[in-house]
Amino acid sequence: MASHATVLRHHFENGEQQKEASSLGMWVFLLTELMFFGGMFMAYLAYRQAYPDSFAAASSKLNVTLGMCNTLVLIGSSLTMALAVRCAAAGSGKKLVVLFLILTLLLGGVFLGIKAKEYHDKWIHHEVPGANFHPEDWPKNVDMSHASLYFGLYFGMTGLHASHMVIGVGLLLFLIIRANQGAYTPEWHTPVEMVGLYWHFVDIVWIFLFPLLYLIDPNFGRQ
Amino acid sequence: MLTATRAPERPSSYLTDGYGLKSWLLTSDHKRIAILYLISITFFFFIGGIFAALIRLELATPAGDLLESDVYNKMFTMHGIVMIFFFLIPSIPATLGNFLIPEMIGAKDLAFPRINLLSWYIYVFGGIFVVYVLLTGGVDTGWTFYTPFSTSYSNTKVMAAAVGIFIAGFSSILTGLNFIVTIHRMRAPGLSWFRLPLFVWAHYATSMIQILGTPVVAVTILLVAMERGLHIGIFDPALGGDPVLFQHLFWFYSHPAVYIMILPSMGVISEIISTFTRRRPFGYTFIAFSSVAIAVFGFLVWGHHLFVSSQSVYAGMVFSILSYVVAIPSAIKVFNWTATMYKGSVELSTPMLYAIGFIGLFTIGGLTGLFLACLGMDVHLTDTYFVVAHFHYVMVGGAIMGYLAGLHFWWPKMTGRMYPVLWSKIAGVIIFLGFNLTFFPQFILGFLGMPRRYHVYPPEFQVYNVLSSAGATVLGLGYLIPFIYFMWSLKYGKPAGPNPWGATGLEWQIPSPPPTENFEVTPVVTVEAYEYHAQEVVEVG
Amino acid sequence: MSTQNAHSEHSVHIVPIPVYLGVFFALVIGTLVTWQVSLLDLGRLNAVVALTIAVCKATLVVLFFMHVKYSTKLTKLVVVCGIFWLLLLLTITEADLLTRTWMGVPGR
Repeated sequence: MASHATVLRHHFENGEQQKEASSLGMWVFLLTELMFFGGMFMAYLAYRQAYPDSFAAASSKLNVTLGMCNTLVLIGSSLTMALAVRCAAAGSGKKLVVLFLILTLLLGGVFLGIKAKEYHDKWIHHEVPGANFHPEDWPKNVDMSHASLYFGLYFGMTGLHASHMVIGVGLLLFLIIRANQGAYTPEWHTPVEMVGLYWHFVDIVWIFLFPLLYLIDPNFGRQ
Repeated sequence: MLTATRAPERPSSYLTDGYGLKSWLLTSDHKRIAILYLISITFFFFIGGIFAALIRLELATPAGDLLESDVYNKMFTMHGIVMIFFFLIPSIPATLGNFLIPEMIGAKDLAFPRINLLSWYIYVFGGIFVVYVLLTGGVDTGWTFYTPFSTSYSNTKVMAAAVGIFIAGFSSILTGLNFIVTIHRMRAPGLSWFRLPLFVWAHYATSMIQILGTPVVAVTILLVAMERGLHIGIFDPALGGDPVLFQHLFWFYSHPAVYIMILPSMGVISEIISTFTRRRPFGYTFIAFSSVAIAVFGFLVWGHHLFVSSQSVYAGMVFSILSYVVAIPSAIKVFNWTATMYKGSVELSTPMLYAIGFIGLFTIGGLTGLFLACLGMDVHLTDTYFVVAHFHYVMVGGAIMGYLAGLHFWWPKMTGRMYPVLWSKIAGVIIFLGFNLTFFPQFILGFLGMPRRYHVYPPEFQVYNVLSSAGATVLGLGYLIPFIYFMWSLKYGKPAGPNPWGATGLEWQIPSPPPTENFEVTPVVTVEAYEYHAQEVVEVG
Repeated sequence: MSTQNAHSEHSVHIVPIPVYLGVFFALVIGTLVTWQVSLLDLGRLNAVVALTIAVCKATLVVLFFMHVKYSTKLTKLVVVCGIFWLLLLLTITEADLLTRTWMGVPGR
């Protein structure tokens, strides 16, 4: 299948300008995403320092193994995404590009699946803020009224992150279809790069979420 | 001369390039998108104006006789939300910025034309939520949505209003993103940064703020929605939440937001002053850098809205000092504009009248901000009419005058028509007088202690309130006049040539109205911006 | 108008696979170390260590997976600005939270 020439939009002078505009545009967009997540990180910072015990107690309800798993899965998906971009840039053939994109998609899917399980566990243990909120086995000496702060932020931050993952999965599907049609060449593979940047950013957010949400005090309540 | 037996054909332009609703609603032409925005924001300006009229009508008498207290709360809330998020913030960037920036840098369009159109649709979608709120009872929290009232106690359409503003925020973000990439990557050959018109510098700085600040208020609104829906306690003291945290997150954006509203106006003023004094702006580099300085420093002062909130006094002191610092770049601009006019060849065209009005009114507004930046004074003046007067001087006397100045300056370029000059000057004077009559008495009221957001007040304040309401009537009528003659000019206005003002700048080298692709051939820039001196030499020789 | 420049853009820099694999393993090890250290009781140092490792991991992703090491100065500036602005939000608000009780309120 012959590869397509660069798809040059009419308002750009040349492909170089278009590519640089796309790249800068994606980076500026990621900057807005950083500030978007940043607001919730600020709220987290404020309340963790105000209620360290409540946060530690609430955090201990999380399954660290699943969290670790998810972290490693996402790191793996970043690797496969980077390799997908590399294959497109190096002209390694569309089969490899598609393969790595599919691997990324699968790993992303695993992440979301584990997340779904975690959310479900929270739901049945009444740890979701709202009408049904009533965490079980709460240590007596720790103020439970602040537990909803932690869980609210937990669902807010991981929920925001997960919705970004879902969008990423959608973007990957699009890329896979287009890559399979041979649309991406060493001369033009900008969409793959741009989705790659987005995917890595979402990975970075999780790199911070994992220790902040899961590892506050893994030994809490033991011995 | 040809004897016309039929009307002369209008040359093809972006206005005639495709007819029908679809060609407008699915356009990717930045000029058409600018017109779409112009229509939408004018619509919201009228809505915001109706709320203002009701407020001033109620305040003409000391008793709460026109509106119930609950209803009055909704009036000032809706006035603020509509005017700030749906009029002022998009006003100049989405209309004049969208229209002119590609032309000023010699480009055929913005970097991302389809994202530009998307930003308009997002804005309209957010606006639909606001109209829904309007029709179903309004919201009464103040445009500032302070918690825990907005999250736990208000019985009004807080969620819908929050969703509308959240959505509209993304429109602002996309506009800013588009401008930043366009200005970095699509300048014509030879157009270095320091040859750019100051209008472009102003919009670059504005876009920085839109990118860095809006996401924070977006996530804050999301948290308010979560709190209202799920009672997680994030801003509710009863559950351990901190209402002041809300204020920090809210004002981190909302203070820089006021610079989103004023910086583009300042860019307009720079263009107009230089054109109608026939001079390069004095201290061009200082004006350019001061725009960026305002954008950066504007992010460091938000705590001056929290002086009496129980924020740490030490933090208050730091915010106070920084608030004085942020006034400096604005002052630099005012000095430079004034110096440009000194011994310049001043022509008192309509845009120039608005620009001069801007300088005076913005200066008053800015100086009164310094009163409020002083911790001790703010304890007495905060939440009084002094604050209301201050921000209306900068937002209306500043930003809106700048917007009108820009409309009057670039109307011939955008539409190919001139408006009636005498009426435009009459309207300008009426607006200036009406504005001062409305808002100057409010400084006095605030100083005397009348609180803001109250519709019942002691009888001794009535005389100033009546003056203010009278002024508002004059101001409202003043705003109607340009609306009428601009509409009139579309059909009956004298056709304008490419450069009716004799201004420099690439946008004046192309026809009025411009063709869809702006430039047939990408221009190559070899001269500095504002080369008025060279023009004069050519004419004399 | 769709012809490409004769020489390829400066931004197409192919990173060697061993570099990617090296970064991947560093990220995995960082994750495992973070987890193990969290099981020790280091008091306030726990958070410091965890965040330091997270910052290192993020830096590796930014520099290598996101190609910032090989990108233009403008891209690097955008990244730095983003981090700087986030830190502005966090540190200045934090300054208020930390110092609220420093100055006593008259009467209390």
